[in-house]
Amino acid sequence: MRELHKEEIILAVKEMCITINYQLSQDVLHAYQAACLKEESSLSREIMENLIKNADIARERDLPLCQDTGMVIVFVEIGQDLHIAGGDVTQAIQEGVRQGYREGYLRKSVVKDPLIRENTGDNTPAIIYYDIVPGEKLKIMLSAKGFGSENMSKTKMLKPSDGIRGVEDFVIESVIQAGPNPCPPIIVGVGIGGTLDKAAYLAKKALLRPIGKYNELQHIQEMEKRLLEKINNLGIGPQGLGGKTTAFGVQIEVFPTHIAGLPVAVNLNCHISRHTEKVL
Amino acid sequence: MNVYRREITTPLTEEKVKQLKAGDFVYITGTVYTARDAAHQRLIGAIQRGEELPFEPQNQIIYYTGPTPTRPGHVIGSAGPTSSYRMDEMTIPLLKLGLKGMIGKGVRSQAVIEGIKNYKAVYFAAIGGAGALISECIKQSETIAYMDLGTEAVRKLKIERLPVIVAIDCCGGSLYEKEIQYKCNEN
Repeated sequence: MRELHKEEIILAVKEMCITINYQLSQDVLHAYQAACLKEESSLSREIMENLIKNADIARERDLPLCQDTGMVIVFVEIGQDLHIAGGDVTQAIQEGVRQGYREGYLRKSVVKDPLIRENTGDNTPAIIYYDIVPGEKLKIMLSAKGFGSENMSKTKMLKPSDGIRGVEDFVIESVIQAGPNPCPPIIVGVGIGGTLDKAAYLAKKALLRPIGKYNELQHIQEMEKRLLEKINNLGIGPQGLGGKTTAFGVQIEVFPTHIAGLPVAVNLNCHISRHTEKVL
Repeated sequence: MNVYRREITTPLTEEKVKQLKAGDFVYITGTVYTARDAAHQRLIGAIQRGEELPFEPQNQIIYYTGPTPTRPGHVIGSAGPTSSYRMDEMTIPLLKLGLKGMIGKGVRSQAVIEGIKNYKAVYFAAIGGAGALISECIKQSETIAYMDLGTEAVRKLKIERLPVIVAIDCCGGSLYEKEIQYKCNEN
């Protein structure tokens, strides 16, 4: 059985938290550049140019890309033949977040109780999902979710007869209602199937995929492309001030569901789309 | 669309506000005060109780932002706009006291649009997710109230050419409205 010390997890999580908040990932930068070329109005082009400039300044001047450095969400795949030494894996992840947000001068945006609203002071807890998988590796997929976009997310329990059309209408409706608030150009994560919670989980997980990488299922891939075109024809544009680029991608994940149901969840991500992964 | 570029300085008088039209690209220089969700709740509470505010809103601009912690040697951290709609229900009392400008991002309620018209104010959209770029325009930062709120405390910022777009002007002209109509025509 392979052994992995918890200190390695702490270090990896800490570094991931800092990196995603200071360095725009390559897939997103390419999407910015493509949008710059596509935008026709001087206002929308100027916005995209400023976002590219923002990424340069963030990297060179040690400033986070955005002041909302997010709530950390971690998807962990633990190989069943891996032994984690030195302590609790959950505590190790939380400690990594704590250290990353402190040493990276990142904003602490988490409140302890949703109603009393006292800041926890270290941006913990992160939300962690575990999957036990074959093998002896530990894969950490981490994102820092801003709430401008999170607040614009939606879920709905459709009827089976609503079908593809019903799902697509709900996704489009969610994007229209969100308008400028989620900081477009957005990434649209969609979860279809499962249960209420599973659909929401899938929508969130879909956001971890690099921009431009489609679902492998043919009918889902077609839906992703069709929805992206429809969304970009809405004219919401960068920052919701009009333009051709409302979304960089529509990323759908599906799961088996009950004969009586068709759950759908839409989780939006802002244009910075902080996400990364690491295998230990 | 033709983009008009303007330079304005604070304090923001009614005369200056009247020159601004939805869609204008504006560089603001001068003083702005930061306040977001929690600070607004305190400001409104203070107004209701008839207490003195940490700053006089007359002819001033409030910037909806909660910056990241300041690194040693820096003026401030990343400081982009947060979504404005959450402040909608706490905006009118400040407009009544003469607040002339708000900087944030995203749509405002109909009530706020009416307030902007009635009190001759202006709503600017800064670029959401451009917190590093905006940070470079902030030359001084001083926390003046509600220190315990941390990132949500009220700060007095000296800014130089902070880039914003007039989203709602004092006649109620809204850049967002225009786009919604555009969308309807398209469909």
